Amino acid sequence: MNVWLDTLLVLLILTNLHMLGSSRITACIRTVACQAVLLAAISLLAQPDGIGLRLLLLAAVTTTIKAGILPWLLQRAVREVGVQTEVEPIVGFTTSLLLGLGLLGAALHVAGRLPLPNDAGTSFLVAVALFTMMVGLLLIVSRRKAVMQTLGYLAMENGIYAFGLAFAIEEPLLVEMGVLLDVFVAVFVMGIAIHHISREFDHIDTDRLAALKD
Amino acid sequence: MTMLASIVHVMCALLLAPALPGVITRVKAWFAGRRGPPLLQAYYDLWKLLHKGAVYSKTTTWVFVAGPIVGLACAMTALLIVPMGGTAGVLSFSGDFLLLAYLLGLMRFFTILAALDTGSSFEGMGASREAFYSALAEPALLLGLVAMTAQSHSLSISGMVAAVTPVAIASPAGPALLLVAAALLIVFLAENARIPVDDPNTHLELTMIHEVMVLDHSGPDFAMIQYAATLKLWVLGALLVGILVPVRSGWWGVDLGAGIGGMVALAAVVGVIESTIARLRLVRVPQFLVAASVLSILALVLVMR
Amino acid sequence: MVWFLTALALLLLGGVLSLVLSRSRKTASLVGAISASAGGAVVLLQSFDVLISGQSQSLRLAWSVPFGSANMAVDPLSAVFAVVIALVTMLAAVYGTEYLRTHADKKNLGVSWFFFNLLTASMLMVVAARNGVLFLISWELMSLASFFLVTQEDEKETVRRAGWIYLVAMHVGTAFLLVLFLLLGKDSGTLDFDRLSTAAAPSWVFFVLAVVGFGTKAGFIPMHVWLPEAHPAAPSHVSAVMSGVMIKTGIYGLLRMLTLFGSLPAWWGWTFVGIGVVSGVMGVLYALAQHDLKRLLAYHSVENIGIIALGLGVGVLGISYKSSAMAALGLTGCLLHVINHALFKSLLFLGAGSVLHATGTGELDRLGGLLKRMPITGATFLVGSAAISGLPPLNGFVSEFLICLGAMIGLSGQVSLTASPLMGVLVVGGLALIGGLAAACFTKALGVVFLGEPRSGDVAEAHEVGRAMRWPMIVLAGLCVLIGLTAPLWPVVLQPAVAAIVPQQSSIAAEAARPLTGVVVGSCILLGLVVVLVQVRRQLLVRRRVEQAVTWDCGYTAPAPRMQYTASSFARPLVLLFRLFLQPRDDIDRPQGLFPKHAVLHTHAPDLFRRYVYEPLFAAIVWTTSKLRWLQEGRIQIYVLYIALTIFVLFIWKLR
Repeated sequence: MNVWLDTLLVLLILTNLHMLGSSRITACIRTVACQAVLLAAISLLAQPDGIGLRLLLLAAVTTTIKAGILPWLLQRAVREVGVQTEVEPIVGFTTSLLLGLGLLGAALHVAGRLPLPNDAGTSFLVAVALFTMMVGLLLIVSRRKAVMQTLGYLAMENGIYAFGLAFAIEEPLLVEMGVLLDVFVAVFVMGIAIHHISREFDHIDTDRLAALKD
Repeated sequence: MTMLASIVHVMCALLLAPALPGVITRVKAWFAGRRGPPLLQAYYDLWKLLHKGAVYSKTTTWVFVAGPIVGLACAMTALLIVPMGGTAGVLSFSGDFLLLAYLLGLMRFFTILAALDTGSSFEGMGASREAFYSALAEPALLLGLVAMTAQSHSLSISGMVAAVTPVAIASPAGPALLLVAAALLIVFLAENARIPVDDPNTHLELTMIHEVMVLDHSGPDFAMIQYAATLKLWVLGALLVGILVPVRSGWWGVDLGAGIGGMVALAAVVGVIESTIARLRLVRVPQFLVAASVLSILALVLVMR
Repeated sequence: MVWFLTALALLLLGGVLSLVLSRSRKTASLVGAISASAGGAVVLLQSFDVLISGQSQSLRLAWSVPFGSANMAVDPLSAVFAVVIALVTMLAAVYGTEYLRTHADKKNLGVSWFFFNLLTASMLMVVAARNGVLFLISWELMSLASFFLVTQEDEKETVRRAGWIYLVAMHVGTAFLLVLFLLLGKDSGTLDFDRLSTAAAPSWVFFVLAVVGFGTKAGFIPMHVWLPEAHPAAPSHVSAVMSGVMIKTGIYGLLRMLTLFGSLPAWWGWTFVGIGVVSGVMGVLYALAQHDLKRLLAYHSVENIGIIALGLGVGVLGISYKSSAMAALGLTGCLLHVINHALFKSLLFLGAGSVLHATGTGELDRLGGLLKRMPITGATFLVGSAAISGLPPLNGFVSEFLICLGAMIGLSGQVSLTASPLMGVLVVGGLALIGGLAAACFTKALGVVFLGEPRSGDVAEAHEVGRAMRWPMIVLAGLCVLIGLTAPLWPVVLQPAVAAIVPQQSSIAAEAARPLTGVVVGSCILLGLVVVLVQVRRQLLVRRRVEQAVTWDCGYTAPAPRMQYTASSFARPLVLLFRLFLQPRDDIDRPQGLFPKHAVLHTHAPDLFRRYVYEPLFAAIVWTTSKLRWLQEGRIQIYVLYIALTIFVLFIWKLR
């Protein structure tokens, strides 16, 4: 049991690193969808007291939204806007990877010191959750394309979800629903915004939005 | 008895190593719907090359001649160190993995020098790339082995690989071992000039790495280079097989047989990789290699957690 | 101790004599070199005696200087450094007789030899001094003597500039040491080493002062800026001494300081590890980007000091986590790398000197094909290159092996080390990266200078250097091989020196020597196989056709030397990968039009620390001091007034 959970968490770390190192937007979108599936599996495994119908249902719903609908929307946005599918990083891929490694170290360090309510077994889950959030932030900060920033938000949201899982109580699921709603709206707005910006300006580089400042 | 097994392994490796490229090309041919050359083609090539004379460039010095010789000697010595699954290496001591890594380094050092000795700009270009990529592959290899040390608490490579049992893979350290295997696979592909890092079959010298460095070698020298390359394939492959085929039955014949079977399977996997993956652009290769280091470090962190 | 003093006297006497006899260039050279060799030989014998017997020798004379007494001793730790100093200076002196003859035609050779011998004597004094005042005087003499040697070719603007940077850097370093010793002697009222006390300040103050003070001499990044300027500017045999030996006195100072403390905090070890990784990686990266042979070698000194600091860090961590195996391996690796680096770096600098001597240029992209013209220089340079890249069966591998193994022991569960993954990543990963990059850098240097075809006309007419320059290189290359093949001996030989820093049993040294036996067995198998394969190849080619042709350049029939890959293009991919740290700059004058006449490309990688740390800092100092210009009136009365006022204020302050 524990080994499977560990394996899934390691895979989650790998998806994060893959997002940092990947140069294709579509690949990143697929990775985020992958993360959502992984998280659903983790949420089922991490429950100490059996899997109820309620839990299954919730997992199914979140997975459908995060691994199905949102990626589909984003893929469509990318396709319709006809943007180039390169990520266009501000910080290079190799540097991003190494930064990611540093963030992982920081996350493990922090998680080891957080006063956690449960036993020590969840500390790795917390670390991975923190790491996922940090990677989301890093993606938002270090990529030019607006789509990538949306993906960064999604990754962050995944991290928050995992963080909630670590406490194995039911409130996090509610929190999660709230956050999910936020992200849903955000993606929606972003999608529309990306669409319009690209129609007006023929590109979706957030860098060049700076030209609008005056 | 264990010593006997180790010696048998070395003998098998010396005899069977040239068959590995045969398996790879066979699998590739199968994917492409061709019949492909015979499995033993590499042996025929070696036999033919050993019976030829040689042509040397007027520019070259003794370093050019020393390149293949030192390279083959290094590969053979490395073969003595590397274990095959539970079968320990003939030469095994604390820190032997450092000697292994640096023997491969010495091999590379002389290959690069021999390439530069010709004064050809093509070979210089290949040498530059080899130096570049191997500088990044070396940390990945050593960090992977460091993670295995942390897992097995053994300072010898034979001990590290022997500690990879089915029990160890099912333990919490299991994912870490798989990460090490992934990192070693990348190193294996890069060091042996395989897709996606280098394409041994490309037809343009400008795009090669390893093959372009040995353009000027001919006859017995070239045979030594080819043979050393297959031995190097075996050495790094044996590390990988040691993790991925955790057959530790206790009977050395079974273990060794499983290991050699694993080598053939690994060659087939390389064939599949080469048939299905495109070669990376040269500027993306460093990232691929850094990713191997990142995987190794990740494994280390997981083990020490 | 008598012999040690005799050697010092010999050195100084020879120096003065050479100064007196400087009218005849030949006599001056001869006297200088003979006295340097004789002094070196005496020190060598005495230090070996100390090292093998493990008995230190000492001498204490009363002295009327405040805090001072002429207190000297040679213990095993000093002996290790004394051996290195004596050996390298001896060989460099022999080399210098021929090198100086043609290289400094108009120079007064007596002066050069005087300072050379003074430098040797002062370095020996530094490692033997057991009193703060004596130590600082020797330290200062060492800096000044080497300054005059660096500025020997003072008609060149670059050399004057390098000398100036060197002088300033050395004195900044010495200032920190002065404070260090004042604090150490504050409580006990004496500066004798055996009675120094660390009670006057918190221990981190001592640590920081020592790292900055000694680190400036050793060339730790970011205190390294003087090194790539001063070492190439000096005559090659002096570069060999400075790079091979003199910077090691900084390491000696650090080790000596560590003996004063009972327990060492772990963060000291981590600091050394951090400094080691940064110096190692940055040093080799800067070396890769260089176009000048001697500058490249100078940056490699920074790299190797980094490796030494890594060993020191592993050792200190071992001490603070109470793992005697880790401490022994780290410190033995550190000391052995001090010896090894002295050997191969002086070998490489002497080789570079020979290249300079034969061709008149050290610029990589103008050289080429020298192995055919200078076989001995080329072969020894190859040995040195392989050794500095840490490749078996040579000595560089042995010390890096020990350091790596020490770090691995910290990971293998025998030691309860916090943050141990970091240790693995930094030390083992760092050493692997440094090794790979060093191999890239030295294949570049060796390949471009010695292999291929000459890239310019003068180089094609180069000849092998004379006997006095050849033999020191051969001896050094031989020693590199020898240490590599006698590896298990060295932990045992160095054991008394390590014991001076951390008390330990000799069984641990034997323990450390055991894996090295395996290394030597592997090396011997390797060499045996090489011999066998050489024979096999010879047998195969007997009675076959062996032809000579032009290089097969993919069908191109008229390859020209200028079409060869250059050093810059060889290193370019790595330089670009690490552009974040190197920030290489290109000056391009692009070819224009259909028949372009002129096109230029210059690439260079200026030292970032110099540009972003030191230049702004010194600009700020100049700005501040220029504000105080009004103090300088130029009238003698005013100056006397200043002095009187100062004395008055001090008086009041003291009587307060």
